[in-house]
Amino acid sequence: MTNKFNSNKKWDLILESGKIENNYFKDLWLYRELFYILSWRDLKVRYKQTILGATWSIIRPVLTTIIFTIVFSKIAKLQNPGNAPYILMVFAGMLPWQFFSNALSESSGSLIGNSNLITKVYFPRLIVPASSVITSFVDFLISFFILIMMMIIFNFLPNWQIIFLPLFVLMVFLLAFGAGLYLTALNVKYRDFRYIIPFIIQFGLYITPVGFSSNIINEKWKLVYELNPMVGVINGFRWCILGDEISTSSILISLIITAFILIFGFRYFRKMEKTFADNI
Amino acid sequence: MINHESKQKYTALRDIIADKAKKIFSFHNWKFSEPKKSEVFWALKDVNFDVHQGDRIGIIGRNGAGKSTLLKILSRITESTEGTIKLKGRIASLLEVGTGFHPELTGRENIYLNGAILGMTRTEINKHFDAIVDFAEVEKFLDTPVKRYSSGMYVRLAFAVAAHLEPEILIIDEVLAVGDAAFQKKCIGKMEDVSKNDGRTILFVSHNMGIVSTLCNSAILLNKGKIDFIGNTNETIEKYLRAAEVQKSYYAETSVKDFFISQVEVLNNDNIPTNNFKSSECIKLKIKIRKNITDSIVRLSVTIQNTNGDFINTFVENMEDYFSKNDSSKEFLITYPPNLLTPNHFSFRFALFTQNGHVFDLVEMICPIIVVDHGSKMAIYEGINYGYFNANQKFIEL
Repeated sequence: MTNKFNSNKKWDLILESGKIENNYFKDLWLYRELFYILSWRDLKVRYKQTILGATWSIIRPVLTTIIFTIVFSKIAKLQNPGNAPYILMVFAGMLPWQFFSNALSESSGSLIGNSNLITKVYFPRLIVPASSVITSFVDFLISFFILIMMMIIFNFLPNWQIIFLPLFVLMVFLLAFGAGLYLTALNVKYRDFRYIIPFIIQFGLYITPVGFSSNIINEKWKLVYELNPMVGVINGFRWCILGDEISTSSILISLIITAFILIFGFRYFRKMEKTFADNI
Repeated sequence: MINHESKQKYTALRDIIADKAKKIFSFHNWKFSEPKKSEVFWALKDVNFDVHQGDRIGIIGRNGAGKSTLLKILSRITESTEGTIKLKGRIASLLEVGTGFHPELTGRENIYLNGAILGMTRTEINKHFDAIVDFAEVEKFLDTPVKRYSSGMYVRLAFAVAAHLEPEILIIDEVLAVGDAAFQKKCIGKMEDVSKNDGRTILFVSHNMGIVSTLCNSAILLNKGKIDFIGNTNETIEKYLRAAEVQKSYYAETSVKDFFISQVEVLNNDNIPTNNFKSSECIKLKIKIRKNITDSIVRLSVTIQNTNGDFINTFVENMEDYFSKNDSSKEFLITYPPNLLTPNHFSFRFALFTQNGHVFDLVEMICPIIVVDHGSKMAIYEGINYGYFNANQKFIEL
């Protein structure tokens, strides 16, 4: 033990006010185990004491998809310009949307939900919202199997574009994470933000092409419509899975906005991080 | 301090809170509906000290002296506004046992979860798993959700995980306030074992001078965010107790605590504040309790202490009976009858806590009083510490 400590001028950690940032990414790596275990806890707790357990992550998107198909295709008589069955088109949009909305609502409340940890122990706070996005991602993967099943049932084969799907998955992941970081930090500071989040999600569903195809949007409004970053993501999903036509502009705009939200969310989170323990 | 520096060549570890470890704390919290009143207040200022490997340092001081802030800065929960801390070795803090326990998860799962939160790796937890279960005595309930645990089992499991941490530096804040006496003894034993035999460094904050003096080999006395004294434990405790004697009443205007003791005054028969009492007088305590939440499920305990901090007498009142939802503060008068205490030095301790052991506020060794004899049969023995209370026993010849 003596040998180990004899080199007494070498510190393991120097905390200098204002310069703590320097260790941040190293710390994130050091605390990766906590990240795994918090994600695992969230998953485990989520489905404890529910009768149907993880089947909930199947039931919700499937039921919503069926309702949307009936409302938009049968009642509103909308057409799918592509060649996939309407229900497949809805489900291909439902997947990223459900992931985004779940991740957003889970991560935005994550800091408040873990306040006992935040006031008691140190760890890079980024872990908390990140683990709630991961939890929603597991749900996403489960529902993805449903998509594969549906494609088998409808005998629908994806084209070569399917290889780009991981890129769009990453995009929605980063978008949800970035927005989640921003909202959860705001939530600590202003508690009324939690009332805004269900509203954002509900509002988002109307302006996002989940139940309909982007192609039915009037050219005049297209640019405004595409400012919603989920438009590009869902277009991308449909392009990859169903081979629908793609509007490159929507993808580009969506990429830019995602990058912006991610950077902005991350920076805001980092700025607020120091005060979490005092404000929460 | 000189002592510490002479040891420098063996320095294994040293925390330097160099020059002005300061902390800004502004009081305009969103919780308060008071008009915006911003006040700059340094919770800690000019705090400088070194800690060497294997030191067991007690940090003492009255409420609001900055003890908890210091620990929070050291354990990186909050960042200091100014100053530097240098550390060698892994640091783990034990600010409350059971941090991060999830009621829905089983004992086994919580061991892994809590271990990870306290900074253990999976391999370390696996290595100590049996020892933890053994220490906590919960083998039979390992696969039961901890929400079904008795509070004793819960605390035992939580402490067991924490006790098997192997950081080079361990920060402990009042964890021993929980559990029954036997378990507390076990915990202290474990902590002594850990620090004395493994050369672990411990920083320990407590109001309990008894535990500080058994566990620590030196102590730091904080007062209003500054270091008043650093030295061996007994000397520091002495300084702390002596400082307590000059204080006549207790006063805390604002606090972020949900419940807190706002004001305490000791009054005599004629309701005049004093700290000198004749044994034939009654002793009155006027206490003001404030709350920042609507809830009022809280109990107040009032204890008479001797100069060592030992409890002479305690009673508990349920505050629910007095506070309605909208009351933000209440005043109470406590009257001790005459001829209760013997001529001696006493002080008081007040705690606001819930049944399950959560402590909202705790002030100790405040409002010291001196009781002098007023012509009783024992007057000739005044000056000799012959006890603390009169039993009013009957003595008859048979």
